[in-house]
Amino acid sequence: MHPALSIIVFTTASGLGYGLAAVLGLGLLDPLSWSTKIAHVLALLLIGGGLISSTLHLGNPQRAWRALSQWRTSWLSREGVMALVTFVPLTLNAFSVIFLDRHLIWAGLAGTVLAAVTVYCTAMIYASLKAIDAWHTPLTPASYLLFSGAGGALAASLFAASGTGPWAGLAIAGMLLLVAAWAVKLAWRNRLQRRPRSTPETATGLGAIGKVRLFEPPHINDNYLTSEMGFRIARKHASKLFRIAFAAGLVAPLILAFIALFLPAGGAMVLLALAVLAFGAGVMVERWLFFAEARHAVMNYY
Amino acid sequence: MTSLPSESTPKKLGLVIDLDVCVGCHACVISCKEWNTGGYGAALSDQDPYGGAVSGTFLNRVHSYEVVPEGGEVVGERGEARIVHFPKSCLHCEDAPCVTVCPTGASYKRADDGIVLVEEDMCIGCGLCAWACPYGAREMDLSAGVMKKCTLCIDRIYNETIPEIDRVPSCVRTCPTNARHFGDLADPGSDVSKMVAARGGFDLMPEQGTRPVNKYLPPRPRRNLASSAPVQVEDTSGARGLLAWVDSMLDRI
Repeated sequence: MHPALSIIVFTTASGLGYGLAAVLGLGLLDPLSWSTKIAHVLALLLIGGGLISSTLHLGNPQRAWRALSQWRTSWLSREGVMALVTFVPLTLNAFSVIFLDRHLIWAGLAGTVLAAVTVYCTAMIYASLKAIDAWHTPLTPASYLLFSGAGGALAASLFAASGTGPWAGLAIAGMLLLVAAWAVKLAWRNRLQRRPRSTPETATGLGAIGKVRLFEPPHINDNYLTSEMGFRIARKHASKLFRIAFAAGLVAPLILAFIALFLPAGGAMVLLALAVLAFGAGVMVERWLFFAEARHAVMNYY
Repeated sequence: MTSLPSESTPKKLGLVIDLDVCVGCHACVISCKEWNTGGYGAALSDQDPYGGAVSGTFLNRVHSYEVVPEGGEVVGERGEARIVHFPKSCLHCEDAPCVTVCPTGASYKRADDGIVLVEEDMCIGCGLCAWACPYGAREMDLSAGVMKKCTLCIDRIYNETIPEIDRVPSCVRTCPTNARHFGDLADPGSDVSKMVAARGGFDLMPEQGTRPVNKYLPPRPRRNLASSAPVQVEDTSGARGLLAWVDSMLDRI
């Protein structure tokens, strides 16, 4: 699948934003502290920026409002609806924390639950597509949710360390979620080695005669299908990129957050900030591979 | 509405494509583009039409495959490989995955005849339906920013202003070898259903669970030329008069 930058930015930014919003909703950070107020603004900016980015790839974005109508069958529509609904408690709680110095328990918890549901809907857009073997598994929403939670907990620990609240617990929770997220991701990636559901033989129905090979393509240049679905990445680059994603997205933040546990708040703040940045970069590469390594059934015809 | 019809549609209009007969001339591709660029919805645009990187939107394409039997050899014209030309357009699936993923309701399957269509005024061009289709039947028109697909020439098959013989999809009407057939696959008595039953018509990628309406007829087994009966010497003993004389003279030289 073609890794479109707008979609990668969207899933990375909104994933981190929803994760942060979900952790903020638990009310573990001191609402009097400036860093907590900034955290609320940042979560909304990440979510909003991600959603705007996601509309950039539309052919007719002026009609995007129509996408809220088909929530009965379409995960994309469900995601749109849930994103809007989630904004209500998140904005309410953010307003209260920023201007009234008060955390709203029910709005906060509603925001946490709805943020998780929205991330689940995002992941299900991909996981529901049977034509793309790599995505069609419950491991896809599991990894999206865990990555979102890990990023959120790490970012929240950074803001807690910058303020006055206790942060070590959040950092430890972030580290545990990080390990869980990558464990699921490794299992997800192992699935890529499995025999694909469809082959050129089943795609053409000519398997009864023999082995099928494309003799002459229907068009000489790329078309929409081959540029959208036919993205190919060399295996050696894919494994190198995965190692980069693994190092930046797991190893670096894990080590940084672990060292931070033994430092005073000032030093911990710097290390946790670096951990969040490394995590963000690692997840960007991971998301790029999520698309680049996924093979679409239509390529059996090419 | 992107919910699929709750019951099987009373009619299942679709195509039956005979892979034994298709010669890969691409006439259906051109005929389809020509009819549909001026018909239902936005025109089928081309990008960089006179340049080196030309590409465009088509609703029907012909692939050509080489099929090699198990243990078969590929040695020039004497090898065991055979070429199969393979036209591909929307299969108007009964469980069309492209319809249910549509967030706007632009994609729908007609409850009466099962044709899958896109209401272009409602399409936001997100491309998710093209991702959901395992067959590559949908192509985004990069100029109009909306999804295009085979309409089964809905503006021909029900069109009472054109002669009855033309009320079939453009690809079917134009095929010079009669490799494409149009009809109601829900009716076991229709020509297309009989063809499918007689020739063992099959679905593409049945494992995707889409239950396509369109069927493909397999190429017939290849016969060895040597095993065919030799051409008989013709009997000319009945010839009289001038023709008898011409016959005997031609025999002599």
